[in-house]
Amino acid sequence: MTSASPDILFRSLADPTRRAIFEQLCRDGELTVGALTARAGISQPAVSKHLGVLKQAGLVRDRHQGRQTHYSAQVSALAPLIDWSSQMTGFWHSRFDQLEELLKRMDQ
Amino acid sequence: MNQAATATQSVIVERNLPHPPEKIWRALTQPHLIEEWLMKADFKPVLDHRFSLQADWGTVQCQVTAIDPNKSLAYRWDALGIETVVTWTLTPTPSGTHLRMEQTGFRPDQKQAYHGARHGWPAFFDKLEQVLARPD
Repeated sequence: MTSASPDILFRSLADPTRRAIFEQLCRDGELTVGALTARAGISQPAVSKHLGVLKQAGLVRDRHQGRQTHYSAQVSALAPLIDWSSQMTGFWHSRFDQLEELLKRMDQ
Repeated sequence: MNQAATATQSVIVERNLPHPPEKIWRALTQPHLIEEWLMKADFKPVLDHRFSLQADWGTVQCQVTAIDPNKSLAYRWDALGIETVVTWTLTPTPSGTHLRMEQTGFRPDQKQAYHGARHGWPAFFDKLEQVLARPD
């Protein structure tokens, strides 16, 4: 299984409309473009375009059935984002800096 | 590839601080001090005490799992659908204290990631947007 670069993933999910579409698929399972359009409040071509970006990022998968295309969320594609160890390392280093500042103030 | 990395992961941050353990202990355990360097918290230095930390990107659910005054403190740290444990260890040194923080947890499985996507990620992504919007 190939995974998209975190860059594509981040950019793909930084857009609120795309994020809403992805969350909708997480919630409701497999949906057609028509069903997604009905809920998104934007045109079908716009929804299709967003789905294309999500697909490129590996966040959605499409399945063709007759004339319909069904889309589903690929939650596993979020894995690079959930690499919490690298996120948390940066978080704790900055908190240690703040702790040091506090300890200096406590001397006064 | 990702499947191979399912093992426990941990984050360790250590620093030598020119302050006695007792003083660092206060900063780690008194809510008004915790708020100044970590997050707003309703912490109590009591075993099994549940508390939450409020960050601008969401809430961290915590529970004290071990406490040995001026020496060590551990609490569960559950956020964004990921369960971890944060352990603080204070070791006196000639010039002050060696402070060690270790956060251990598991790489999220699909279920947790799904949970995170539904409940935790929107706030995180809002934050992300701000970061991405910054000029390089």
